[in-house]
Amino acid sequence: MGRYVARRLLQMIPVFIGTTLLIFLMVYALPGDPVRGLFGDKGGSEATIAALRREYGFDQPILVQYFNYMKDMVLHADFGTQVASGRPVTEILGEAFPVTVRLAAIAFTIEVILGIGLGVIAGMKAGKLADTLILLFSLLLISVPVFVLGFIFKTVFAFQLGWLEPNVNDSMNMGELLMPAIVLAAVSLAYVGRLTRTSVAENLRADYIRTAVAKGLPKRRVVGVHLMRNSLIPVVTFLGTDIGALMGGAVITEGLFNIQGVGGTIFDSIQRREGTTLVGLVTVLVLIYLAASLIVDLLYAVLDPRIRYA
Amino acid sequence: MPDLTKTAADAAVQESVPTVEQAPQPKAEKARSLWGDAWIDLRRNPIFIVSTVMIALLLAITAFPGLFTSADPIVGDLQNNFLKKPELGHFFAPEWLGYDGQGRSVYARAIYGTRASVMVGIGTTVLVTLLGGIMGMLAGYYGGIIDSILSRLTDIFFGIPFLLGAMVVLNSFTDRTVPIVIGALAFLGWTQTARVMRGSVITIKQADYVQAAKALGADTKRILFRHILPNAVAPVIVVATISLGVYISAEATLSYLGLGLSGVSWGNDISTGGNQIRVAQHIMLYPSILLSITVLSFIMLGEAVRNALDPKTR
Repeated sequence: MGRYVARRLLQMIPVFIGTTLLIFLMVYALPGDPVRGLFGDKGGSEATIAALRREYGFDQPILVQYFNYMKDMVLHADFGTQVASGRPVTEILGEAFPVTVRLAAIAFTIEVILGIGLGVIAGMKAGKLADTLILLFSLLLISVPVFVLGFIFKTVFAFQLGWLEPNVNDSMNMGELLMPAIVLAAVSLAYVGRLTRTSVAENLRADYIRTAVAKGLPKRRVVGVHLMRNSLIPVVTFLGTDIGALMGGAVITEGLFNIQGVGGTIFDSIQRREGTTLVGLVTVLVLIYLAASLIVDLLYAVLDPRIRYA
Repeated sequence: MPDLTKTAADAAVQESVPTVEQAPQPKAEKARSLWGDAWIDLRRNPIFIVSTVMIALLLAITAFPGLFTSADPIVGDLQNNFLKKPELGHFFAPEWLGYDGQGRSVYARAIYGTRASVMVGIGTTVLVTLLGGIMGMLAGYYGGIIDSILSRLTDIFFGIPFLLGAMVVLNSFTDRTVPIVIGALAFLGWTQTARVMRGSVITIKQADYVQAAKALGADTKRILFRHILPNAVAPVIVVATISLGVYISAEATLSYLGLGLSGVSWGNDISTGGNQIRVAQHIMLYPSILLSITVLSFIMLGEAVRNALDPKTR
């Protein structure tokens, strides 16, 4: 196990370097300039722009910039400086991340409980009315784009019924975060449900389930231990990759509900071409994604004892 | 989607695979191929029929929007039609779904917006399938160092959140035409197809008939395109049909963020409608409904095809 983890961690290094380089190239190789952006339409004097560009290191070749950036990041945990505000990116990250993590955590919980719950019900009753209803519900969730769902929720629950606040004013308030979290979780919830259903329906016919039933085990144990354990492997895989998607998907949800998290910061950085801020944010997202996929692989061994790591 | 590879294993049992369009020949009961079986299955499936009819209608609107409305989507009569509510009973007339904040017919805009969405969806899917399919096939077939390099490359692109990457790319274009949006979405979207194709090819590669073809001295080109590709492509087709709807939805989301297509599109209309939601809900409602129906049609088609190709999931 230890050797496996070590090997996996080593394999992450090229992926980490590649992803950050890719996002770096995407931000910088494309037209636009954060320093010019500072001056807006009026434009600054060429000398001032050149001086600022030198200060931020934008006058150097792109690969040198990338190397310096990564060196500071890895050695000093220094993510650079936001051009527009002059604040260090780490400070901005420190403010934005806790908010989004809280939002994503609520969304993830909803997704796991509701998604797996609905999936198991549908899978157990495959072909029956409950299955069809859950299928329709999940197809509906997948078909309605997130921002439309957000608008619908706002209109119905905030404007018409007045049950909830339309916008989040206090990101520490779990009640206010509930509606955005449901919206954020919606699509993934549907996918989790579909995956669970397929897997449960397939495993119900497996020999070990028949054996467990024949042994006279109570139904609760057959479903809870034998069926679930084997059916959850594809679901856990999806959930692992979905953590990253939830953090990225927060761009829309946070904008809709006025949440000051990573999503909003990412959107601002893209529009202002704040390369350093953007690379920093995405780097943290990539790290979360890599960690999640490692945890998923380790969870396999827990769920299925037949899987052993050398 | 781990169950997809099993479809490939089923496909491996079959020797030759005709295309989907080919009508099933009831001649010999035993010689029916996977695709032939699937086609017979699909023809009886109400979900498949409904989604195909919907998609045919959408394609017709895409090709000839002028046939479906007489109004111009760009010209508005601000003085008379500002935020006018829909008029019930006026089916398919310009005033049917009301007017927007510029006095333009919501119905006409919804009809003309179809083209953008459908073209982005189909274009992205085709490009993603080609790109991911080639990558996956090379990685799966050659294995070794080529597989390592291509798989790491896939990991790298997979690590970047899809919408986020598309936002970064699209933000550098001021005039976001259909090909540009397709390119941006495909640039980041090919990874899933590549992974599915790779898994599928690895399974097929070990099949006896591939070994036999090799032993008979068939060249690589023939083995790849005559034996492996037709049998490995089923799960990729499933992923493609389902993700088509997802790309349409992604384009609308980008438009909502102001980073999607320039010009008439559902996403743009939903976005402007969202700002006026408290005074006039109809501006946002109708393009949203159309968008959702479109995405739903493609996802239902994908589900039907998946069920037909992989009867185990039923």
